[in-house]
Amino acid sequence: MIRLQFDKVSKYFPPVRGRRDSEGVQAIKDVDVAVEDGEVVSLIGPSGCGKSTLLNLGSGLDRPSGGNVFVDGQPVDGPSEHVAFMLQKDLLLPWRTIRKNVEFGQEIRGLSAGERRDRAMHFLGLYHLDGFANHYPHELSGGMRQRAALARTMMMDPDVLLLDEPFSALDAQTKMVLQADLARTLQEEKKTAFLITHDLVEALALSDRVLVMSRRPGRIIREIIVDIPDRNDPMKRRQHERIGPMMAELMSLLDISKTAEEMAA
Amino acid sequence: MSQRDAAPCAPCAPAPYLTGHEPVTLEDAKARQWSWNFIFRGMSHNWVLSALIFTVVFVFWEWGLKILEVEPFIFPRLSKIWEETVHMWAESELLRHTWNTCLSVIIGFVLGSLLGALIGYLFGMSPTAEIVASPYILALQIAPKVAFAPLFILWFGYNETPKILVTVLIVFFPILINVLTAVRGVDPAMVSLARSFNASRWQIFWKIEFPASMPALFSGLRIGATLAVIGVTVGEFVGGNTGLGYLLVQGEAGGNAGAVFSTIIILTMIGILSYCLVILAERWVLRYMPKRKFGDVNN
Repeated sequence: MIRLQFDKVSKYFPPVRGRRDSEGVQAIKDVDVAVEDGEVVSLIGPSGCGKSTLLNLGSGLDRPSGGNVFVDGQPVDGPSEHVAFMLQKDLLLPWRTIRKNVEFGQEIRGLSAGERRDRAMHFLGLYHLDGFANHYPHELSGGMRQRAALARTMMMDPDVLLLDEPFSALDAQTKMVLQADLARTLQEEKKTAFLITHDLVEALALSDRVLVMSRRPGRIIREIIVDIPDRNDPMKRRQHERIGPMMAELMSLLDISKTAEEMAA
Repeated sequence: MSQRDAAPCAPCAPAPYLTGHEPVTLEDAKARQWSWNFIFRGMSHNWVLSALIFTVVFVFWEWGLKILEVEPFIFPRLSKIWEETVHMWAESELLRHTWNTCLSVIIGFVLGSLLGALIGYLFGMSPTAEIVASPYILALQIAPKVAFAPLFILWFGYNETPKILVTVLIVFFPILINVLTAVRGVDPAMVSLARSFNASRWQIFWKIEFPASMPALFSGLRIGATLAVIGVTVGEFVGGNTGLGYLLVQGEAGGNAGAVFSTIIILTMIGILSYCLVILAERWVLRYMPKRKFGDVNN
């Protein structure tokens, strides 16, 4: 069963009115992606290729200018309770305690205070944050804050998780710990995830498939099936012998050496 | 133990003579700080310095003026001001006038703050409202509000209303600007997050924009608290027969510099008190904010 589908999706941003130097931008063009139930698919591509645009379309925060987005076979026409997203910024509200932040989404959905509290404590425990329920975000480290953001996302019990470079602001070690937390959760809860990332190893370590996007206007130019075991254990997967060759292939697809030359010139 | 306490003694040496043109390096700045610490070793030099300055001012005001033979109707000594205060307390109902001024400050400040915040949030949520209404608001701000006081007296007579209106007009603008800037500056990603949970416009306001504007609202309230005293005083200057502004005008008419100084000091204390009350409220409301340490670069 297909959970998340982009069907010939295009997005054009018209020029800003009243600004002479502003030009329209074709962010993405005819993107076809289908993510099966329980699958983790990563999307990589050069910066500015429209990856985040795709995520906004998937979460219903923005509408495509062409094509259709489906979640569970239903066309997306606004934010859906089956979809939750997580960004590079933790977006914790500084005036709320960690528990209140984790409860935030369900509070808006109107879940009763008692039930909200119990569920929030459950998820905080799951991500080793139960000792910090009554702390404010500024009192936590970057890694802990991002774990709180993950708890808030999982608290919504979404079918589909949209992740936009969720760990790119973290240091290398913290990142690996959080990747492991995420991989474990995705496996245990059998969630479907669409992960946008710059980090090639992260894409390979966490996903079943990696999609490569071209420069703007973004199109999917390649799909790599990551048929390596241990999707729930990225630490182990990182060390697998086939990660190296796959990295090499991704690097050539992304023209990384060419980009480096252009920048040097 | 702070870094300063652990300082080696070399920087305690007298600072070299400066012509004022040398580049001031971080080392220079540290050396100067250390030399203060050298003088008041083991004490927090902030308190000592403050007490010292206070004493100097106090002594000069009382005995310096006497030695310099400054006329009391030009600049009265502290003891003369105190005498005058006691006199006004007994003869001119100083307490009643002070209370009247305080009440006007509170009412004017609360109404002005509510109005400013209300318009600020309205403009923040509706750019159209801002475009349509802001020229008038701006004109109102640029026009000298003090000059409105006689007009208000014409309209409402010699009572409390004119001075409260002047105060409201003075107070509301800084609060409006602070709130508006804060609502505009809310991280759009936070709003997107709320929208992804299907939050209504009202929920986005109450749960994101309103709490996010709190630090800015309190900056506005701090300014407003001090302006409120000015507003009330001006209102009392122009008309009415109550309040410290009225006593001040009376004192001036009688050539009584002591009375003028006395009311100025009481007005200042009311201003300081209202500012402190706002800070207390701010500390309580913004208790989630990281505690700032003076001089801490990371904050």
